[in-house]
Amino acid sequence: MRKIFSLILFAILALLSAPVAQAESLDFKSFGKLPVSFNGRFQPLDSLARNSLLQIREKQSLYLKEEKRTMPAIEWLAEVMMNPEKADGRKVFRIDHPDVVSMLKLPEKNEAAGEDGKHYSWNQILPNQDALSGFDAEQKRIVKIEASHRNPFERAIMKLHERLVLYMRLKSTLQPPDAKDWAAEVANYKALIEPGVAAVRAQQAGRQYDEDAFDRFVNYAQRFDVMNRFEAPLVVPPHHPEVPKDEWMRMGEALLEAARGEKMHSSVEFYGSIVSAYRKGEPALFNQKIGEYSASLKPEFTKQLKKANAEHFYNSFQAFYRAMVLYVIAFLLACFSWFNMSKWLRISAFWLIFTGLIIHTAGLIFRMWLEGRPPVTNLYSSAIFIGWGAVILGLILERFYKDGIGSVVASMIGFITLVVAHNLSLGGDTMVMMQAVLDTNFWLATHVVIITLGYASTFVAGFLAIVYLARGVFTNGLTDALSKALSRMVYGIVCFATLFSFVGTVLGGIWADQSWGRFWGWDPKENGALIIVLWNALILHARWGGMVKERGIMNMAIFGNIVTAWSWFGTNMLGIGLHSYGFMDSAFKWLMVFMVSQLALIGLGLLPIKFWGSAKNLSKGDDEPPVKPGKNDKGAKKADGKLATA
Amino acid sequence: MEKIWKIISSLKLTVILLGLSVVLVFIGTVAQADEGLYTAQERYFKHWYVPYFSFFGSKVPVPLPGGYLLGTALLINLIAAHITRFKWGWKKSGIFMTHIGVIMLLVGQLATDLFSRETQLRFAEGEKKHYSESAMDYELAIVSDVNADTEEAVVIPMSLINKGGEIKHEKLPFTLKVKEMWPNSDISFRAPMENNKPPLTTNGVAQRFHFVEEALTKEMDKKNIPIVIVEVMEGQENHGAWVVPGWAGDSTLVSAVHFDYERRAGHEAATAISTALSKPQTVEVKGKSYSLSVRPVRAYEPYSMTLLKTTHAVYPGTEIPKDFRSRVLIENPKTQEKREVDIYMNNPLRYSGLTFFQSQMGKDELDRSRGTSVLQVVRNPSWLTPYVGCLVVGLGLLVQFMIHLVGFISKRRAA
Repeated sequence: MRKIFSLILFAILALLSAPVAQAESLDFKSFGKLPVSFNGRFQPLDSLARNSLLQIREKQSLYLKEEKRTMPAIEWLAEVMMNPEKADGRKVFRIDHPDVVSMLKLPEKNEAAGEDGKHYSWNQILPNQDALSGFDAEQKRIVKIEASHRNPFERAIMKLHERLVLYMRLKSTLQPPDAKDWAAEVANYKALIEPGVAAVRAQQAGRQYDEDAFDRFVNYAQRFDVMNRFEAPLVVPPHHPEVPKDEWMRMGEALLEAARGEKMHSSVEFYGSIVSAYRKGEPALFNQKIGEYSASLKPEFTKQLKKANAEHFYNSFQAFYRAMVLYVIAFLLACFSWFNMSKWLRISAFWLIFTGLIIHTAGLIFRMWLEGRPPVTNLYSSAIFIGWGAVILGLILERFYKDGIGSVVASMIGFITLVVAHNLSLGGDTMVMMQAVLDTNFWLATHVVIITLGYASTFVAGFLAIVYLARGVFTNGLTDALSKALSRMVYGIVCFATLFSFVGTVLGGIWADQSWGRFWGWDPKENGALIIVLWNALILHARWGGMVKERGIMNMAIFGNIVTAWSWFGTNMLGIGLHSYGFMDSAFKWLMVFMVSQLALIGLGLLPIKFWGSAKNLSKGDDEPPVKPGKNDKGAKKADGKLATA
Repeated sequence: MEKIWKIISSLKLTVILLGLSVVLVFIGTVAQADEGLYTAQERYFKHWYVPYFSFFGSKVPVPLPGGYLLGTALLINLIAAHITRFKWGWKKSGIFMTHIGVIMLLVGQLATDLFSRETQLRFAEGEKKHYSESAMDYELAIVSDVNADTEEAVVIPMSLINKGGEIKHEKLPFTLKVKEMWPNSDISFRAPMENNKPPLTTNGVAQRFHFVEEALTKEMDKKNIPIVIVEVMEGQENHGAWVVPGWAGDSTLVSAVHFDYERRAGHEAATAISTALSKPQTVEVKGKSYSLSVRPVRAYEPYSMTLLKTTHAVYPGTEIPKDFRSRVLIENPKTQEKREVDIYMNNPLRYSGLTFFQSQMGKDELDRSRGTSVLQVVRNPSWLTPYVGCLVVGLGLLVQFMIHLVGFISKRRAA
């Protein structure tokens, strides 16, 4: 019993130990909670920072060698938005393709010179005008090629292009990127509006005008216009009562609005002081202005502030990461429990997974609440949900059988799917708004959830079969009784997988019928789902017909993993149809690795029993070939008769 | 005979057919990247037999059973199994339900393939339409004025033109001699300095435009635009050869040409070009004028729809569509109906056996202030079968697995 308690204590400690808070004088936490509208939704600056850095650098933070510390995303974003000259020197742009590196004439890997051959700074990329014009020409050529037809080099060019554009957008969020003392410039501009407007009017009317005021004013207007053109994030709330509260503006728009004779927006001035305080290194002023600014937003924009606050908490809680760690530990414990047959290890594993599941669930619910949506809205959330469903199924099996198998399967799938989710999150914001055709909570809650449960249960059946094989081939732990129990588990789960995937698939058809009048369009994703249904139905019929026995069902269930993985990811990689999310390079590689590994397992499963580690424990019965042709009808009848009692 | 029955109704056949279905669906899906969504669908799923297949860019000369064949075979296998093997029992009620639902789905899908029709209704704000148009198929229309209000149209399907030769019709005082029929084509404006090749014919649209034949397209978002070149013969008298391009009879293509030239040559030049393109090809025969056009196949309805207003909202600061919506006025002289209705994503209009779905939304190329909308119009008499079929199968599976589960748990309890 003590073991369990110490483990649980350990788990709880792992949970409570929040990321080490740094003694910093600038209050980035409060800064990170300020709301911004980007990708069509409200989020804290912290989310913008994390998602942008993920997109640009594929990491949520930046290690600073000279200072020997990790720079969190929000600190990096603050620097990009408020002191871009410094940020331009940070090696944040990840470039993986060597041809892109050489085309841009960037230094190759050289540890001594501090070049890792993978990350480059804006200042390294930009000054090479020749190289850059070549890059532009390539980008213009590639943009015309359909995404699915681009080769790895072309995809790398497009990726870098997107990263550079995003960086430029961020730089124009709070100030024109070339501003030195933004608060002073805002004050200057404010004072210049009246004489400037007068000068422009006079110039247009052909009268005498103040040339100095005219030039300076037009110069400001042009800079602000450029800020807008970069489509920077929207940081300024509406201040006209007739404008809906969620239609925010860009900083550039607010500045130009003032040029048209409107009152200068208070956000412009607040951000002006925040930026200058940051730039001049005045933490007290920086923190004070942020406090004042959020207080000023409170009465009217409570909803947006609350949302930003909640999402900030969600970001820092990192529920899925914590759950992932717990699943790994539990997986190891459960595996060890088979070797020394320790009941305590097995029970600890169970409760660790249970703790992981609670955190996983909390993250899932929090996310649903933030988005105001059912759990699955995109590929990222489908990974999280598949893991969640599989963990629950695995735990239920463990409750029934108490042999560690359910725990191993639960923790293994939980871990893998959360790793997959983490890698999918590198694509950027995982909570982007849904386009109109997908914008229906009813179908998201029914079709998408059910089909995803179908995926989850097919995976559980497949991983149970892997446990069967692994224990049978590599250990002497597989007995007839265990083999029977596993086979029953797989059969039961395949039944439910058939139900979920069938109902989910047909509901998808009905949704399609509701949206564009076509029940079935043979879209790759639809076909992928159909294949899962057909495959599960095939397993069931083959069993009922007595054509396969325990081992055959296991091998077929492992093939179900391939079918499901293809349906889940492979179909999106074809780059066709409505469900396509574009080609994912590294994902494709991993998909192949997964499929090949599953085929290898099936190969193992086809080995004659005498080569198995557990050969002695298994009665010969299972090694018999499937029922011979011609006899199958008898077998079928027998099986049909037995169906109800099977 | 009994042996054949046994094979037809056997579970082994079921498993083989399911396996082949998995293979076919997989290959047919992967082939979409090579052959295009539409062609692949037709070739793999809507045929009895697939002579060869494509696999990641290479052609494999191995025949496969087509979707129709597998679907029908599964249906026969299932029905035969119920006739010969299955005995009714409450414990198997779930399986019976499931199978009945599967039969409904298979039959329903076949009926949809046979009887459904899809067309598109395109209009700009303020425009009234009595007909919808096919997105794929074209027809040759010869329109003459009967009086100021009424026109008379003779419509010739492309399949007839494809056969070549001469086309006669009792309503026409002339014969059309088909000289060329290109299933797909491209168009360019004959700018004086750029394109000095001689025109295809000296009449009508060919004077201002140059046309070339193109290979059939594979991409899903592109369509094949046919061109017909005909000679108008009144007895022995030749009224000249005419190029009748699908480009001119299809308003969306005229807009597309406008859009293309607007980028290259500016708005005014583009307007001049698109106006020249949409001018009818008119032949005078016996003092009466006939205009020739190749236009999308039309389906007329006994009522009209007028597009009143389009709404196209995006999320602030993004291009992600938030709301597509058309407000439409239905006027039906037969039923005296005159009502307005909103059609938007996930909320189609079902009216007189047709369903109208919001499909695309845009701006009129010639008048950017005018919104345009495309409604997908579907006639599918068997649209309800998947709803019922799904319900029956879902319930059936649930019932059957619950029977198993209860049996399993009570057995464990007893053990």
